[in-house]
Amino acid sequence: MGLYESSKRRRVAAAITLASLLALPWLITALDQGFYISFASRVLIFALAATSLNLVIGFGGMISFGHAAFFGTGAYCVAVLAESGIVSAALAWPLTMALTALLALLIGAISLRTRGVYFIMITLAFAQMVFYLVVSLKAWGGDDGLSLVRRSIFGGLDLKDDTTFYFVVLAILALVLVALDRLAHSRFGRVIQSIRENETRMEALGYPVFAYKLVCFVIGGALAGLAGALLVNQSGLASPNLLHWMQSGTLMVMIVLGGVGSVYGGVVGAVLLLLGEEILAEWVPHWPIGLGVLLLAVVLWAPLGIAGLFGWGRSRE
Amino acid sequence: MNECRTTLLEVSDVSKHFGGIYALNAASLEIQTGEVHALIGPNGAGKTTLIHVLSGTMLPDAGRVVFAGKDLVRRQMHERVALGLARSYQITNLFPRLTVLDNVTLAVQGRVRDWGSSFSFWRPFSVDSAIISEAYDFLGQVALTGVAGRRAGQLSHGEQRCLEVALVLATKPKLLLLDEPMAGMGPEESARMVELIESLARRVTMLLVEHDMDAVFRLADRISVLVSGSVIATGEPAAIRADSEVRRAYLGDIE
Repeated sequence: MGLYESSKRRRVAAAITLASLLALPWLITALDQGFYISFASRVLIFALAATSLNLVIGFGGMISFGHAAFFGTGAYCVAVLAESGIVSAALAWPLTMALTALLALLIGAISLRTRGVYFIMITLAFAQMVFYLVVSLKAWGGDDGLSLVRRSIFGGLDLKDDTTFYFVVLAILALVLVALDRLAHSRFGRVIQSIRENETRMEALGYPVFAYKLVCFVIGGALAGLAGALLVNQSGLASPNLLHWMQSGTLMVMIVLGGVGSVYGGVVGAVLLLLGEEILAEWVPHWPIGLGVLLLAVVLWAPLGIAGLFGWGRSRE
Repeated sequence: MNECRTTLLEVSDVSKHFGGIYALNAASLEIQTGEVHALIGPNGAGKTTLIHVLSGTMLPDAGRVVFAGKDLVRRQMHERVALGLARSYQITNLFPRLTVLDNVTLAVQGRVRDWGSSFSFWRPFSVDSAIISEAYDFLGQVALTGVAGRRAGQLSHGEQRCLEVALVLATKPKLLLLDEPMAGMGPEESARMVELIESLARRVTMLLVEHDMDAVFRLADRISVLVSGSVIATGEPAAIRADSEVRRAYLGDIE
C-alpha cells in the first residue's frame, strides 16, 4: 500500500467524471427519465457516506463496523430539527454534523482503547445500541421511522426541485473529495496512514497515536452525519434501516469494492453497488449471489479495489 | 570525558514480576550525560524487560525512573520520546511498505518541539522542504541516501538495521536506547554498525544492550551487568573484565 499519492492521471479522470456528472441531469431530462435524477442524488449521497467510512477504515486503519450510527443519526437529526421548525440547511446541516461528531467522539474515545476484533465488535455494539434506542422512541416513529416534514432550505435554492438538489449534493461531494485529497497529502494524512501501517512504531516516534486516531474517527463520523442529512432530504424519511448494522455492512462492501484507502474508492464502490442493484436486479434474479462472487474476486485479485485496477488507487506500488 | 558529569537517567530499585518470577529485582542503574553505557547479561537476565520499562511499554511494580530530572514511570511512550528518550527495536520494526525517505521524514515530522503538531489537514506535506532535507541528512549519516526511494521492506537486513538507527536518531534523542542493534547481522554488517555507533557516540548518550562482547568492550565507556534481574556490577570495561563476580556469573559462561 504505502502512502496515498494522487497522480495526474487520477485528477484528469476525476475532472472528466465531474464534467459528465454535471451534464447528467440534461441527459436524463432528454431521455425523459426524470426519476433517475433523484436516484443519481441517492448514489452520490451513498458515495459521500462510503467516502467518510473510507477515511476511517482505509486511511486510519480502524475497522469500524458501526458507521451506520453516524449516517442514521444524521438523517434523524435533520428530520427532528425540521419537525421543530428548523429547516434552514445552513443551520440544520452544521448542527447535524456537530452532533454526529460529538457522538463519534464519545464512541471513539471508548472504542479506540481496543484493537483488532475487539474494536470491530465494540463499534458494532455501540451502533446497535443507537439503533435500539431510536427504534424504541415512539416520538421518532419507532419502527416506521420519521418522515421529513419539509426539505431543507439551502439559501435561496429550492431543494424540492430534484435537479437543484442533485447539484447541491454533487457540489458537496466534490468539495469533500477535494478536501480529502488535500488531507491525504497533509501531515495529518501521512500520520494516520502510517499509524495504519505500524501503530507501535508511530508511538515510539513520539506521536500521540490515540489522539490522531480519534480525530480521524470524529471527522469520519461528522461526514457520515452530513451524508445522513442529505439522504433524509432525498428520501423524505429517516428510517431505522439507516442505523442498522446491515447499513454499516453495505458501506463496508462499497469501499472494499471501490478501493480501501483510495480517495475515490468510496465513490466507485457506491456507484457500482447501487447501479448494480438498480440495473442488474431486474435482469439477474439472484443478484446478491453475483455481488458475493464479485466481492470475492475483488478481495482475492484486486485488493486495492476497482479504483485500484484503473490506477485510481495508491500509485506507489 | 572529564568534564562535570551529570546524571541523565536514574533507575532506582525497579522491580517487575510476572507471576512468581522476578524479571527485574530491585535493579538500579545510572547513566551519565555523554557516555555510552552498555548493559550486558545472560539470556533471561531482564534486559528486555528493563528496556520495556524505560521506553514505557511496561509499568514496573516498584521503583523509580528519573530522566533529565523528570519522573517517567507514569508517562506514556510518546511523551517519553518528546522528552528525548528514544529506542530502537531488537526485531526490525519499520514501515515496510513506505519508502526509506518516508520512514525518516515521519520520524523528523514527529518532533513536535521543532515543527509543531501534525494536526495540519490542508497544507501538502511536500512543501515542508526543511523536514525532507533534514531527513536526507539522517539518511546520509547511516549511508542510505542511495536507496531513499526504495520501499523499506525491500532493503537488506543490514540496511534495515541502519534505517532503524536513522529513525531513532531523527527523533533527536538525549538518550538512545539501542536494543541489540547487531542482532542477526553478519560480521561485515556488524563492523559497519559498530562504526556507525562509534560515530554517533560523541553526540548522543546511549544505553546499548548487546550480546556481541567484542562490540560492547570496544564501544562502551561503562558497562553494567544484569544477572537475575539485578545489576551486580557497574564500571569501566577493564574493571568489569577483571571483576570476579561478573566472570563467575556471566563472562565465565562464554570464555
